[in-house]
Amino acid sequence: MAYVPLADQDHEMEMHHPHSFVEKYVWSQDHKVIAIQYGGLAVFTGIVGLVLSLLFRMQLGFPETATFIDPSFYYQAVTMHGMIMVVYLLTALFLGGFGNYMIPLMCGARDMVFPFLNMLSVWVFLLSVIILMASFFVSGGPTGGGWTLYPPQTNLAGTPGHDMGIVLMLISLAVFIVAATMGGLNYVVTVLQYRCRGLTMMRLPLTVWGIFVATLLALFAFPALLVSAIMMLFDILLGTSFFMPAIIETGTPLDHNGGSPILFQHLFWFFGHPEVYIVALPAFGLVSDVLSVHARKNIFGYRMMVWAIIAIGGLSFIVWAHHMYVSGMHPYFGFFFATTTLIIAVPTALKVYNWILTLWEGDIRLNAPMYFAIGFIFTFIHGGITGLFLGNVVIDLPLSDSYFVVAHFHMVMGVSPVLVVFAALYHWYPKITGRMFHEGMAKLHFWCTFLGTYAIYLPMHYLGFLGVPRRYYALGTTDFIPASAQDLNTTITVAALFVGATQLLFFINVIWSLRYGPKADPNPWGAASLEWQTPDTPPIHGNWGDTLPTVYRWAYDYSVPGAKEDFIPQNVPENEVPSSAESSENT
Amino acid sequence: MSEAITSGGGPEEGVTGLVDDWAADRQAYHVPWGKAMMWIFLVSDTFIFSCFLVGYLNVRLTTTEPWPSQSDIFALSFGGGEPIPLILIAIMTFILITSSGTMALAVNMGYRKEKMKAFWLICATAAFGASFVGMQVFEWSKLILEEGVRPWGNPFGAPQFGSIFFMVTGFHGLHVSAGVIYLLWVAFRVKRGYYDDKGFEIIEIAGLYWHFVDLVWVFIFAFFYLL
Repeated sequence: MAYVPLADQDHEMEMHHPHSFVEKYVWSQDHKVIAIQYGGLAVFTGIVGLVLSLLFRMQLGFPETATFIDPSFYYQAVTMHGMIMVVYLLTALFLGGFGNYMIPLMCGARDMVFPFLNMLSVWVFLLSVIILMASFFVSGGPTGGGWTLYPPQTNLAGTPGHDMGIVLMLISLAVFIVAATMGGLNYVVTVLQYRCRGLTMMRLPLTVWGIFVATLLALFAFPALLVSAIMMLFDILLGTSFFMPAIIETGTPLDHNGGSPILFQHLFWFFGHPEVYIVALPAFGLVSDVLSVHARKNIFGYRMMVWAIIAIGGLSFIVWAHHMYVSGMHPYFGFFFATTTLIIAVPTALKVYNWILTLWEGDIRLNAPMYFAIGFIFTFIHGGITGLFLGNVVIDLPLSDSYFVVAHFHMVMGVSPVLVVFAALYHWYPKITGRMFHEGMAKLHFWCTFLGTYAIYLPMHYLGFLGVPRRYYALGTTDFIPASAQDLNTTITVAALFVGATQLLFFINVIWSLRYGPKADPNPWGAASLEWQTPDTPPIHGNWGDTLPTVYRWAYDYSVPGAKEDFIPQNVPENEVPSSAESSENT
Repeated sequence: MSEAITSGGGPEEGVTGLVDDWAADRQAYHVPWGKAMMWIFLVSDTFIFSCFLVGYLNVRLTTTEPWPSQSDIFALSFGGGEPIPLILIAIMTFILITSSGTMALAVNMGYRKEKMKAFWLICATAAFGASFVGMQVFEWSKLILEEGVRPWGNPFGAPQFGSIFFMVTGFHGLHVSAGVIYLLWVAFRVKRGYYDDKGFEIIEIAGLYWHFVDLVWVFIFAFFYLL
């Protein structure tokens, strides 16, 4: 191979320094600005999703009170809430937001390897959000087929948004996949090929590992969604029958014949299950770093943590059909997928043990980010254990499509990642903005969110055991559901409205502190990883000034015996570590 | 933690080399960024085509009507003789595989810094690709205009036959068309001397994409036309 090794890749990087406001903040190629654009857009769509959830909770808690919530609107709100939260908020925020901000800084790079492609990624993401939002304004409104978009129901008259809404949803998803691919290729290649001197893969912070493996999952799982979106668009627009069997609608046979709705479910969940870990793995990584920094201890079992991330990533591709136990499948398949599902709990449990052992005998600083990180451990164990219930075929069959499922996945992939998002945003806020947030308000925000979400989701498990089905507009008079179920639903709605309102604390805190917060120390938490060692806070374009950093150690040198301070930054050589014993005795 | 492992001397072969590369600082593969990115993109694209083909196999099992006989539909007669089954597809496949050959030669010429030879070989590859797309246009128009095949139905049997045919060959045709444009762009820049200082890895990167598109065609050929 006629490849000449690079003398120093630093010179290969062509920096496009901005010359005007527009170049600096709008058409920016700086990964940090792109990260904020990605994150801001994701949070904006997330707020839309949050408001939608509060609206349909109103219907469930206080039926018939809000008259504008008719059944169609209810189903549309449920559908859009699900899709927005999973794809447009969490995936975009973790990969596009945190991935963009953290990867180059933690790898000691100046930027992503292809900044222009990175910029395209965020603009294509904006396009997909615009298409998604446009579906609210077309005739028929957005699709109301449930976030899984199962055909044939989604495509039939009677489902709200079966004409334009679903088409816009599928196009928006396809465009999102293009954006995620452009960004994802950048993240993966940056981690593999653009680390600084001394930074081996096994010295990377777990944040980078989590985002790296999650991005690989995205690159290999999104194709299944893209293909199912294309095939479904053909079904709707061209009248093909990929997913549409012969159907008689109000006495008239439709022009479809011989398609397989189950095929869609397989393709969708072949994307859908890795998607769970696309959201979870970055959260695992970020929370590991937050826990380690604020416990003043190295992360317990670093290598185990890395291999657990890789194992979870690999296994996540062979568990998808546990979402389809009630769709009908050969019992041996059910057995296979139940087994793999339970196996994936092993590396996941290993990570939980390691987080707890990181806290064990640590010098824990109960700063606001640490509140959220420890809160995450609670909600994640909780949601993970109900996952073991649902992974078993015989337990899943009666619980499937009940509120137990809703409670499970909201605990494990709703509340848990969102707590990590808050932990990470508070943790890195001083680096990103150069200001400190208001600690008291952040802690109040934590307690409202943490206790509030428990008030929402704990009762839902009980509703599920009662057999209350999910996605129903109204329960009506059903014999097996006691009247007290409605009281629980009312309680849940009150809690949801409370939690929704208290998120304002976060936004007020972030915006207020941007202006009036005290100037932040470059490294207020005493963290060892590379992003805290930048010459400027917030880091400027190019990140590292004249020379790239050199790394001499892993990212977790906390409370090292003999060292003067309780952390040693990654870029401090062995012989320059200040010793605590210098004055007294020779070591 | 010990001092970073820095690779001295040439890269090792086999498993040792693999471990060395992954344990190294700065980069895991001894390749330029663009090449690493192209490899990962192609794996992602492989998943797309795999999903298409798995979807095709599944739909072929679930459809209630008999699957049409491809050798009758994709037959062509010359000068009023007996129709020869799959002759056009055979020619198209031959052309595409030939184009892989010229692409490989172009990569070689690029590394030998024989710029003009590389330029003409890339152009030849693009021309083969364009003629492949042209024949595909001919095949599509024959099926649509003469035989009445539509995405939603056809006179021969299962409607999914037309759906899959237009979707999969269309998607592949788009890949070939994009590849032709990409190759012409690379050829143009090779000729202009854009890569004289940067090195000619870009030809190999474009070549990776081109070989991939050819390989996918082999699978489409086997699964759709022969099976």
